[in-house]
Amino acid sequence: MNWKHFFTSSIGRKFTMGLSGIFLILFLIVHAGINSCIFLNDHGETFNQVARFMSHNWIMRFLEIGLFATLVLHIIQGLTLWYLNKKARPVDYAFNQPSKNSKWYSRSMGILGTLLLLFIVMHLNHFYVGTKIALYGGDKPHNLYEEMQEVFSNQWVVVLYLVGVIALFWHLYHGFQSAFHTLGINHKKYTPIINCAGLTYAVIICILFALMPIAMFLHWLN
Amino acid sequence: MQHYHMNLTLKVWRQKNTQSKGSLETYQVKNISSEMSFLEMFDVLNEQLIVEGKEPIAFDHDCREGICGMCSMYINGQAHGPWQQNTTCQLHMRAFKDGDTIVVEPWRSKAFPVVKDLVVDRSSFDRIIQAGGYISVNTGNAVDANAIPIDKKDADHAFMAAACIGCGACVATCKNGSAMLFVGAKVSQLALLPQGEPERESRVLNMVAQMDKEGFGNCTNTYACEAECPKGISVANIARLNSEYIKAGLSNEEN
Repeated sequence: MNWKHFFTSSIGRKFTMGLSGIFLILFLIVHAGINSCIFLNDHGETFNQVARFMSHNWIMRFLEIGLFATLVLHIIQGLTLWYLNKKARPVDYAFNQPSKNSKWYSRSMGILGTLLLLFIVMHLNHFYVGTKIALYGGDKPHNLYEEMQEVFSNQWVVVLYLVGVIALFWHLYHGFQSAFHTLGINHKKYTPIINCAGLTYAVIICILFALMPIAMFLHWLN
Repeated sequence: MQHYHMNLTLKVWRQKNTQSKGSLETYQVKNISSEMSFLEMFDVLNEQLIVEGKEPIAFDHDCREGICGMCSMYINGQAHGPWQQNTTCQLHMRAFKDGDTIVVEPWRSKAFPVVKDLVVDRSSFDRIIQAGGYISVNTGNAVDANAIPIDKKDADHAFMAAACIGCGACVATCKNGSAMLFVGAKVSQLALLPQGEPERESRVLNMVAQMDKEGFGNCTNTYACEAECPKGISVANIARLNSEYIKAGLSNEEN
């Protein structure tokens, strides 16, 4: 079995999805942690410092490339699996009751993932592009905190961010435990811990992310 | 439970052959006993169709005892109907009420082409077994059953995996048309036992390769298969399949 056979097999593709998913899960911890600096309520001083550190550090820049590569891999693999799975049932059931045997969010990873992809495009446009322009061509240091305040002053943007966070919650809630199952872990002692950790993780991450636009929009932070 | 009779409306998938396009046809059956099995109800309907000079409905069945894995109806949107851990032949009409409408379709999967009406061709499962779901033993006298000591825990897990009757309900119910519960069970029952050890690596690689070749989908861990499996095969077998495959695939040196 060569590498190509392995990574284009059904389980090889699942393996890629699981591993890249876990990497993205770890990234979100860093992302949510750094962004939570805005809650220190020091007019973004700490937050801007950390943000500057992250964008002016070659280790972080290197990891950033890895992050984008992982994200693209996760998306491409996800779309490929979605396409192959559609092909596996060319004629659909006239009457089906999937709710009798599985949870809606476990069946909706593709659609949740697509929503997240649209969200990420908007999100990068809001914060990533501006930061990069300032980094390579700006004449004054970029104030990411002020940019956040500006973006989140629009109620519709806040609503879109909250929709994104809700999609993220269900995607993570299924994805977290699913990744471990795909890597071959199903154990009487560990699986309940993984399930519980996945739910806790999804709740904490999503509450933190949801609070950011809400707090800015409602001027809870100065 | 009280014995009762019922009249039912059936919407059954009729399809002439693999190439033709099928459709749902509506039939009425009267005076069905609550103690009949679902297949006996179909026998009554078929007798009625024969008397009317119509083509009876083709459906798969064999033992009618819930152990052979031959019956395969998708009843009211669920593989083997509404009861848990139950085959179609063991589904009894007391699961329904007078006046109910019941939709009956064949398993739907690219790898299970419809032969006729409710009959599908599940020989893709046989080809997966042929690819590695066996152990090679020298012929001669049968080895004494207890000659090789096996941990009770492993024996139990292997036995639970071996309870799979290969009916295909896992594929039918999976939104991805994945056969990983079936293959997981067949790989597990041998991987857990010392007799399966010599071919352990090649078995999982070959069986998964055949599964992919047949056009089955890819598991996304919705666990619908476990919920609908008439034998209650655990999705732990899919996790074991994953780990067996990942270990074998990454360590194998052949091209």
